[in-house]
Amino acid sequence: MPHKTFMAFIWPSLLAMVLFIALPIISVGYQSLYIEHEQILIESETCGPFGCDTEVSVDAQAMAQLREEQPAGRFNGVATYTNVSHLAFDEIGEIFATSENFGEIRNRIMNLPFYKALTFTLAYTFIVTPLVILLGFIIAVVVNSIPKFLKGPVIFFSLLPMLVTPLVGSLVLYWMIDSRGIIGAGLQALFGDPSLSLKASPVLTWITLFVYGVWHSAPFAFVVFYAGLQTVPQDTIESAMVDGASRWERVRFVIVPYLMPLATFIALMQLMDNFRVFEPIIGFSAAASATSLSYLIYNDLRASESPLFGSAAATSLLTILGVIILLLPVLRRNWREFNRKT
Amino acid sequence: MNFRIKASVAAAALIASAGGAWADCGIESGSVRILSNDFPALSAVNDRAAECATNSVEVTANQTTEHRNIQVPALSADPATYTVAVVATSSIVPLLSDDLIRPLDVYIEKWGDQLLDSQKIVVGGKTMAIAFMANAQHLYYRDDVLKEHGIEVPGTYDELFAAADKLQQEGWEYPLSSNFMPGWNLAAEFINLYLGTGGQFFEPGSAELAIDNEDGITVLETMKKMTEYMSPDYVTYDSNAQTPIWEAGEVALSVAWGSRAANYIGEEAPDQEIAASTAFAAAPTLGDSTTPTAALWWDGFTIAKNISDEDAEASFRAMMHGIAPEVLEGNMDKAVWLIEGFEPTRAADGVIANLQGKAKPYPMLPYMGLLHVALGDNLSEFLQGSESAEQALADVKAAYTTAATEAGFLN
Repeated sequence: MPHKTFMAFIWPSLLAMVLFIALPIISVGYQSLYIEHEQILIESETCGPFGCDTEVSVDAQAMAQLREEQPAGRFNGVATYTNVSHLAFDEIGEIFATSENFGEIRNRIMNLPFYKALTFTLAYTFIVTPLVILLGFIIAVVVNSIPKFLKGPVIFFSLLPMLVTPLVGSLVLYWMIDSRGIIGAGLQALFGDPSLSLKASPVLTWITLFVYGVWHSAPFAFVVFYAGLQTVPQDTIESAMVDGASRWERVRFVIVPYLMPLATFIALMQLMDNFRVFEPIIGFSAAASATSLSYLIYNDLRASESPLFGSAAATSLLTILGVIILLLPVLRRNWREFNRKT
Repeated sequence: MNFRIKASVAAAALIASAGGAWADCGIESGSVRILSNDFPALSAVNDRAAECATNSVEVTANQTTEHRNIQVPALSADPATYTVAVVATSSIVPLLSDDLIRPLDVYIEKWGDQLLDSQKIVVGGKTMAIAFMANAQHLYYRDDVLKEHGIEVPGTYDELFAAADKLQQEGWEYPLSSNFMPGWNLAAEFINLYLGTGGQFFEPGSAELAIDNEDGITVLETMKKMTEYMSPDYVTYDSNAQTPIWEAGEVALSVAWGSRAANYIGEEAPDQEIAASTAFAAAPTLGDSTTPTAALWWDGFTIAKNISDEDAEASFRAMMHGIAPEVLEGNMDKAVWLIEGFEPTRAADGVIANLQGKAKPYPMLPYMGLLHVALGDNLSEFLQGSESAEQALADVKAAYTTAATEAGFLN
């Protein structure tokens, strides 16, 4: 395709990407370098239904003038990135200087909010992604080999978890694992332990979230693999059969290599999606045991009456950075393959 | 606390003289746009304010639990999207800090005769909001269960633990419940208890945090002790999660919001036997202190600054109609009203007991919200046993200090 034709087709999409993706990201980056103006406080008597008290309040007029002069706030450089709520360089330095052994270092770092969230996010990404690919592949192979009249209904039901809104899906599961719910009560009966609570123990909460993640995303992998299976060349399969390959060997040596590019694609999508895990944490009320980077951003923006834009912006950029680092190996592999082909 | 409940004769006379003369509120023209939280008492007020709508007066109300997240952007616009913002003790703070609401003194002078002095929220000599109801957490207990086991109504946490202990020994697996979900709820419990110790959250006159002291440790240890009597699912308990457990008769003692009391004992409660034996008392006191461990909250309305004087006037008068003593008729049990003529129903017992015990108000400080968030995020590890109380308080301090620095309250 000539470059001119290419540009003619691509420019609306490019324009939208610049306007709605690139510019906002630049703006977020800009905001992350600023913090609020120093608040000018005044002491005044505050009275209400429960009596009077001298309390401080913000001098709104003086602040309005400050904001007029510098709308973005005070320049803070990268200090927001390095503070204790984010990368916490000072604290980490101190932890390494004063801790006695590796266990203590680990515990103290895990106590920092950013690293706590990062650990869960990475664990979720690297446990859920391969399981999704594996489970999706198995479902696809199984569905592909069942009788034709059953295929429609089976495909429909396999897709259900993906059709359900994430928040609703997690809430349904959340009520099922309640100690009065069918899964929660069932597990209690199975293990004979009436105090077993999937919601209370951090380990069980993590496992629940992983299971939910696999349940929710497996249909995506299934659909992609199933579509791929329809295009597997039948003559290759037949010649493998003539050569005496068993069913397992045909899958292992013909189908899997053939579908590998699709697996790369799913891995790419899933790495991105899972790194931004958020809804299940809200749905399962799991914030006590598991927080993710997206949850930190949400918390900065929504928990308090006055949002912390700088802090949320810094976490956002760190998340984008994380996604890029995660995708680099996959993208590099794709790039090499692309170069080999052309 | 000027919570004098006058003889209802005056209110009755007002109601009798109501009718036609009140229905059009006397507003000539203007637009009234109300933004409020969503619970029954506020619906009652908003519905009455809507009665003021005429051909030339428009009244709309947006009732949403998301109100505190949209109020600042909505009122920053010029003209503001809403003319009235119904706020609570904490959500008025950002409106004050950003200078988005107007003083109400001129309007009160003209149309505010019905108000009690205690309804006026005065900041630095100017009335910025009109409060009309109060709320607080307090003790819920099952009268029949306590009697059956020969337990007195607990007045202190020691008594509460003794009662829970006894119930546990006599077959109640988890006799206690409270809003311990990490985040807003858990932080509110800490603040309740800490206020009960009489301690200060901040160094006087500054935003420097002052909770890492003995009171703070005592509070945390008390909270941990509470969890021993609660179902392990307590990490997911908020008001909505607690209610069905109480209604199922699985707990006999609970610390919960006063605004929920009417639901527990109302006609719609699923088990009327439990509803009938549900009773309320002040939040227990802690240690030697005699202050109930509860933060007092008010709900009230404010008028936006960025609107025309005509709309502001119309809004004030419509809200005056909304919170006129007539609103109490049929809504007496929906809240602890601060309106003249309110006669407390049984559902108000707990909040009134808190008021009589001189519980402290929730601090109306510009940086209190940041502390609330820091507390909500950092206490659950201690309660789950993976961290010491000292470490939990240190984490709270670190999180708060970072946030307060970014918000410009600390250097």
